[in-house]
Amino acid sequence: MRTTSRPHGSGTVRRWNVGRLLAWVALFVIIVITLAPFLWMARTALSNNRVLFTEPGSWLPVDFTWGPFERVLGSASTEEAQAEGGSGASLRFWAYLRNSVIVSTLITLGQVFFSAMAAYAFARLRWPGRDKVFFVFVTALMVPPVFTMLPNFVLIKNLGLLNTYPGIIAPFFFMTPFAVFFLRQFFLGISREVEEAAMIDGAGYFRIFFRVILPMSSAPLATLGVLTFINAWNEYFWPQLVGQEESVRVLTVALSAFHSSTPQTGPDWAGLMAATLIAAVPTMLLFLAFGRRIVNSIQFTGVR
Amino acid sequence: MATAAPTAPGAAGDDAPAPVDNPRPRWRGGETRAALLFVAPAMIGFLAFFAWPTLRGLYLSFTDYDLLTSADFSGLDNYRRLLEDEVFWNSLWVTLKYVVINISVQTFAALLLAVLIHRLTRSVVLRGIILLPYLISNVVVALLWYWMADYNLGVINEMLGWVGFDPVAFFGDESWSIPTLALVNVWRHLGYTALLIFAGLQMINRDVYEAAAVDGAGEVRIFFRITLPLLRPVMALVLVLTVIGSWQIFDTVAVTTQGGPVDATRVVQYYIYDQAFNRFDFGYASAISVVLFLILAGVALAQLKLLRADESDQS
Repeated sequence: MRTTSRPHGSGTVRRWNVGRLLAWVALFVIIVITLAPFLWMARTALSNNRVLFTEPGSWLPVDFTWGPFERVLGSASTEEAQAEGGSGASLRFWAYLRNSVIVSTLITLGQVFFSAMAAYAFARLRWPGRDKVFFVFVTALMVPPVFTMLPNFVLIKNLGLLNTYPGIIAPFFFMTPFAVFFLRQFFLGISREVEEAAMIDGAGYFRIFFRVILPMSSAPLATLGVLTFINAWNEYFWPQLVGQEESVRVLTVALSAFHSSTPQTGPDWAGLMAATLIAAVPTMLLFLAFGRRIVNSIQFTGVR
Repeated sequence: MATAAPTAPGAAGDDAPAPVDNPRPRWRGGETRAALLFVAPAMIGFLAFFAWPTLRGLYLSFTDYDLLTSADFSGLDNYRRLLEDEVFWNSLWVTLKYVVINISVQTFAALLLAVLIHRLTRSVVLRGIILLPYLISNVVVALLWYWMADYNLGVINEMLGWVGFDPVAFFGDESWSIPTLALVNVWRHLGYTALLIFAGLQMINRDVYEAAAVDGAGEVRIFFRITLPLLRPVMALVLVLTVIGSWQIFDTVAVTTQGGPVDATRVVQYYIYDQAFNRFDFGYASAISVVLFLILAGVALAQLKLLRADESDQS
C-alpha cells in the first residue's frame, strides 16, 4: 500500500512495460499451478467414481453427486456406495477424525503451555545455569526427528503406551525447542516495569506469569498455537509408528492405508479425494481465521 | 538470525554486574526455585524425548537388537555391515538424487517467486494463497498427486495426451519416480520457501532500490547487483533448512511408491523404517540413522560456514 501512493518519480516498478507484464504472467502461472490441484481434488470428490473414466480431462465433476462425501462420512448405504464405485466397506472416518482432533488439541495445549512456562523462566527469571540450559535446549533443534524416533518408539513400547493417546502425544506434549525459542523471544520484549509493578503489589512469580505475561502475549501464543495444531494435525511418521490400531488411528494414518487396501475393482478415487478434502478442512479454517498472522510469522526466528 | 545468535547477549549476563535494581546476592533462592518449577515440565520432555533418545540411538547402533530380547553389544558389526550393504549405498544415492532435484528446482522457483512478489505487490492474500499447499499434510499431498499422475485416469497424462505424448507411469517407472517425488514436494514447499526468502528481501533497505532506480538500473541489473548479493546470507540459511528437511523424505514415499519400483525410491529414511519395523533389526536401523545424522550435521556445518563467510563479506 505504501509504495502505491508514492509519487511516480521514486517508483522503480510502477511503469507498465513488457518486463512487468511478463513478471505478472509468471506470477499468475505459479498461482495457477498452486491452486489447480485443489480444484482437481474438489472436482473428483464431487464425481461419480463409476463413470470417472469417461471424462478424465474435464475440470467439472463427472456426473455430479454428493455420494463420495456420503460414503466417507458413512451416511451412504452399502448398495448406494457400490453403485457409485465405492467399496462399500465402512471407513470409520468419524472415529479417525475424532482421534485427530483429540491428539492435535492435546499436543497444542500441552506444548504451548509448558513451552511458555519454560520460556518465561529463560526470559524473565535469574537462576544459575540459565543460559547454558537454554543453549542445550536450542541445540536439540539440530537433531533430526528420524534419529530420536527409533529410541522413542522403544521407550513408548517399554512404557506399555503403544496404541494409546498418551503414546502418540508424549514426544510433542512437553516442549519443542522451537516453541520455547519462539516464545522466549517475545517474553524478552515485555517491559520489566509491568512485572515490577505487579511484584510490588505482592504478586508471586506464578501470579505474574498467569496474570501479566500470558495475557500480554496472547498474539504470539495464538500464532504458535495455530502452527502447532497444523503440524500436529499433519504429522504422519510418529502416529503411524505408535498408533496403528483402529481405536487411536489418526486421519493421516488412516488415509495412507488407502494405497494398500485398494479393492480389486479399481480405486475409489472420488471417495479418497472427498476424504482428503475433509481432512484438510480444519487447517484451512484455521488459516482463514489466522492467515495474516501465519503469513507474517514466517520470519527468521529460527526453524519453521 | 541463526538459532544460536540470540543466546549471545544473555550468555554474558552470568558474569556481568546484576541489573542495578537488584543489589541483593546474585541468585535469589525464591526466584531460582520458581524458575526450576517453571522449567520442570519442559525439562522432563527434553530429557525423555530429545536428550535420552539421542544417546540411546547412538548406543543402539553398536548393538544387535530385535525389540524382543535385550540389546546385545556387538561393537562395530553394524557399521561393517553398512559398508557392504548395496541397498544402503543405493538408498544414499537415491536420496541424493532426490535432494539435488528437489532443492535445485525449489530454490530457483522460490527465489523467482519471492522476487516477483517483492517487486510487484504487497498483497497478503497472495502470500496466503501460495502458502496453501504447505498447510495440508504430506499424506494428502502425496495422495492428491498420486491420483493426478495416475497412469490410466490421471489428468496429467490426459493433458500430455492432448499435446501428443504417450502416458508416463510417473510413480511406477524407475527413472521417473524420483523426479516425480521431488517435484511433488516442490509443489508443497514452494510457497513456504518463497515466503522465507521474501522475509529476507524485506530486510533489505528500500532506499537501495530507490537509489538504483534513480541511477537508471533495470530490474535484471538490480537483481544481480543488489538483491542477490544482499540476500546471500538469507539464501544460505534457507538452504540449510530445506536441504536438511529434504534428506528426511519419508511420508510421500511411504504413501505412494513404498520404495519401489525395485529400489528406485528406497530413500534412506524409508530404508531405516524398513529395517526397524519390517525386519526388526533396530541396531542396524540405528546405525543407518547415525550415518544420516552425520550427513545432515556435515551439510549444516558446511552451509553455516558459507553463511558466516558471506556475512563477513557484507560488513
